[in-house]
Amino acid sequence: MAIGDGTRSPNQARHDFVAKQVRVGFFTDPSLCIGCKACEVACKEWNGVPEDGCRFTGNSYDNTGQLGASTWRHVKFLENDEPLGWSFFSDVCKHCEVAGCLEACPTGAILRNEVGAVYVQDDVCNGCGYCVVSCPFGVIDRRPEPQPGAGGAYKCTLCYDRQIAGLTPACAKACPTESIAFGPLDELREKAKARAKELQARGLTSVRVYDPQHGSVRGTHAIFLTLGDPRRLGLPRRPQAPTSYLASAWAAALFTAALAVAGTFAAFAMALP
Amino acid sequence: MTSTSVEEPAGYYGAPVLKAPVWTWEVPLYFFVGGTAGMSAVIALSSLALHASVQIARTALWIAALGAALSPVLLAKDLGRPARFYNMLRVFKRRSPMSVGAWLLVLFGAFTLPALALLESLSWLARAGIGTSHATGLLVVLLAGAAISGCLLATYTGVLLGATVIPAWFLHRRFLPMHFGVASLGSAASLLLLAGHDARPLRALLLATASTELLLGVLLETGRHGKADRALRRGLAGWALRAAALATGPAALACALQHWFVPAAVAFLGGALLARYGWIWAGRASARDPEAVFAAEEL
Repeated sequence: MAIGDGTRSPNQARHDFVAKQVRVGFFTDPSLCIGCKACEVACKEWNGVPEDGCRFTGNSYDNTGQLGASTWRHVKFLENDEPLGWSFFSDVCKHCEVAGCLEACPTGAILRNEVGAVYVQDDVCNGCGYCVVSCPFGVIDRRPEPQPGAGGAYKCTLCYDRQIAGLTPACAKACPTESIAFGPLDELREKAKARAKELQARGLTSVRVYDPQHGSVRGTHAIFLTLGDPRRLGLPRRPQAPTSYLASAWAAALFTAALAVAGTFAAFAMALP
Repeated sequence: MTSTSVEEPAGYYGAPVLKAPVWTWEVPLYFFVGGTAGMSAVIALSSLALHASVQIARTALWIAALGAALSPVLLAKDLGRPARFYNMLRVFKRRSPMSVGAWLLVLFGAFTLPALALLESLSWLARAGIGTSHATGLLVVLLAGAAISGCLLATYTGVLLGATVIPAWFLHRRFLPMHFGVASLGSAASLLLLAGHDARPLRALLLATASTELLLGVLLETGRHGKADRALRRGLAGWALRAAALATGPAALACALQHWFVPAAVAFLGGALLARYGWIWAGRASARDPEAVFAAEEL
């Protein structure tokens, strides 16, 4: 891509993905990120996400800390000795194909929308907290007091409201380097692969596409490039949707329940004259 | 430049990969109350259906009904938005243990409370000359419903923890339902013993559940997963789980074998309650431990 191409990028154009039910997502390329945190700010601004504390972490230039109920984009800062040693990684909800939070939600507050994003209906969520322990990426969380909307679970909406109006999500719109690309998922996957190849050819041999399609999450709607071990970025190498544990856990529960009933009957039958 | 010899924290500056459970003190207490109530219904059915003791059945049904009434209060209190507790019944999702559990609790209440009302009015019905054979038949049907939903109410909480992303929990997803179910049955028998029903079937149940708890405790201690489930052996959670396992297993069993059933029942109840708190504390610690998450991926 040449300088200036971004002004004609489809990333910025109006679209009708929602009406056409095109599966969309983010491709976040840390090799283009300059760590400006415009995505974090644009997200907070557009979505009315409340302030959630000002702490000095000492972790490079990252004082945001982690994704959570009131942080839906989070730029991670790493300082290494390698090429591209000072690297930035804008993390976001992965919008999993098999989403732990969505499966776990007992109220049906969390749903999958027309473009394949995982969306929390704030007027339905009763704050049970089960999605919190079901997200393999540690994204969704319950908002604590005294923040507005406290008690409910919150996370990235993939700017569903903007998309309905044909607009690009706020983070991608604000990103000055188009490190955050928004568009049809299939196109982004191709773009990510091509970019990884290009960077590898230029000597960044540790570049990989982070798009876990083989585990039980069956792929995500937010794909990334990683430089080096994804665990350095706090990303699991093999994220699992906890629904994959249901069968064995329920088998144990049914076995125990049956055994308890049989044992209790036996105990009372034995005592009969 | 050479890299320094300082050991770097795991993951991203040692920050948690997962979010810790937000549940407060009500949830482990509910695990205990709901489980004990559920297994009490099983005891009530057995005692009545086998004509062993109406008195045991009556007390057991009272325990079940009180638990059925208290459980939703505890669960609603823990919610971030308690006024919306009824949204739990907006849908049924079989792939969500939380949803299955909410419906189980409704079913349990729907069987237990009418069963108790019917049992309490049997003598009045007899005096009024209304056919008690029909009433007894209906009572057994209601109790069967209460027992079936009850034994699942006591075990599903293990699935609730086991089917999550928390390493200390999902690595023990087969153990948890067994442990919670056995602890619930033993708690129900213990409560009835303490309520003055010093009967052989209840003594046998306490002996059997304490023995099983001893076996499960050994299984948990030997079935370790190294770093991945180290939260079960460290800090507050580690000590709570060890103390709880000693109380429900060896301590309760030793007392019961000496025919000291009151101390045995007290030890078992205390251990069963503490174990639920221990597992929640362990889940919190495990979620905050990035090394545990990465170690669990390699298993």
